[in-house]
Parts: sequence; structure tokens; C-alpha cells
Amino acid sequence: MRAVEPWVMEPLERFLGESSARLTLLMTSSGQVVAQHGFTRSVDVMTAAALGAAIVASTQEIARLVGEPKFLSMVHQGLSQHVFLSGFETPRGRWIGLVVFDGESTVGLVQLFFDRLVAELAAAAPREAPSERVLPENFERELNASLRALFGR
Amino acid sequence: MTAAAELLDRLSTVRGIRGSVLVSAGDGLIVAESLMTGVDGRAVAALAASLVSRLRRATESAGRREPVFLQLHAAGGTVLAAPCGTELVLVAVAGPDANVGLARLEMLGVAGRLT
Repeated sequence: MRAVEPWVMEPLERFLGESSARLTLLMTSSGQVVAQHGFTRSVDVMTAAALGAAIVASTQEIARLVGEPKFLSMVHQGLSQHVFLSGFETPRGRWIGLVVFDGESTVGLVQLFFDRLVAELAAAAPREAPSERVLPENFERELNASLRALFGR
Repeated sequence: MTAAAELLDRLSTVRGIRGSVLVSAGDGLIVAESLMTGVDGRAVAALAASLVSRLRRATESAGRREPVFLQLHAAGGTVLAAPCGTELVLVAVAGPDANVGLARLEMLGVAGRLT
């Protein structure tokens, strides 16, 4: 497991242990990765983050069309692996969780422990203001620093 | 009221039963429930379904037939679970004062009707 924000580690570790999730991504609503577990290639994690954020944004529009403020979570059911996606508020803004699980877990377990993860993240988040916005001139440096934190290289 | 909800309500009349849930075995989600305030049905459903699924695998690995009833004693009460075929699990949460024998009989009866 790797995290750009270290305070995320403990709640996420607990979630992984309890839910038996195979892969987990925590990202901002714009797809910037905050923490990941289970991915081995940076290209996969960046693709999953971008697609996850896009799916949540698309369903937000569907929610608007049917008159629902927002969908809390969604599950993509596969034959042997499934994807759980949920947007949630944190003291650092709106984040998205993407969880891939298989027959070792169930959607009920993932949902239950994900709700606990959200509560624990809210409690663990540092109270100081979030770091400064990433400026274009710093973008590459910030990106490389995030990748180093997420993959250790 | 659905037939499943009626069966759960009947089960809840057994002394000491704090509530019961009918759970989808594959995903751990609630199908029907009859719970007293303070019982987290969602957590009971998800965890009990996971437990029954693992127990099923354990008995299968041991060359035994599928479990028909699960009884977990804790300091503050008991959790009872009865698989209803492969699709559903009936779960009841009982207090320390519960008539577990009667609850077991009722649950097996309900499980038989739902299978």
C-alpha cells in the first residue's frame, strides 16, 4: 500500500484487512491519486483513477436527470471480480474510492467497511489547510513526487 | 407485507430475539428485515453472510455436507444463522435471555419454507 498523504495509511490498512479488497484507489474527484493498494504499474493506477473519476462524474449527471442529489455508491458486477465506486466528502474536499473485490469478499462487506473508512478518514484528516494548488510550472515535479510516493520509485 | 417479512416478524416474537434479517448469500445485502432499534442490520447481514460462506467452504474442504445451522455465543447474546439453500441466509440476533432452542426450531422452519 502507498499513499501520498501519510495519515490515510492507517484507516486504509484497516479497511483492506477487514474488507479483503484486492485493489483499492483513493483519489480526488478530479482523478488525482491519494493512495493505492494492489496496483503494480503506475500506468494502471493512473488509468483506473481517470476512468473512476469519469464514471462518478457521468453518474452524477444521471442523478441530476432523475432528480437525485447524488448517488452514494455504485457497483459494477463482473463474473469473478467486481468494482465498487463511491464519492465522499473529506476535510480535504470530495474524494472517490474505487475498490476491486472478488469472491473473498461481498458488496455488503465492502460497503460496510468503506463507510467506516470514510468516517475514519474524516477523523484522521489534519485540520490545517490543504497544500497549495499545483501550478503549471510545478506540475511535473508534483506528479513525479506523487508517483514516487505511490510506487516507491 | 411480503411473505419473507411476515416470517421474520413471526421469528421476532420468540423470547429474547432482538431481530432477524434475510440476507442474500452472494453479496451480503439485506433482502428483508425485522429489527429492534440499535441492531445494525447491514453489519449483521454482511458479516453473517461472509461467515456462512467461509463455513460452507470449510465443511466442503473437510468433506462434510453443507452446514444447516450456525450458533455463535457471545458475552452479550447469540447470533444464529440458517442457510436457506445457496441463495439466502436467515440470521437472528438474540439477547442473553433468548430461548435459543425455540429460535433454532423456528429458524429451521422458516429456512425450509424459503428454500
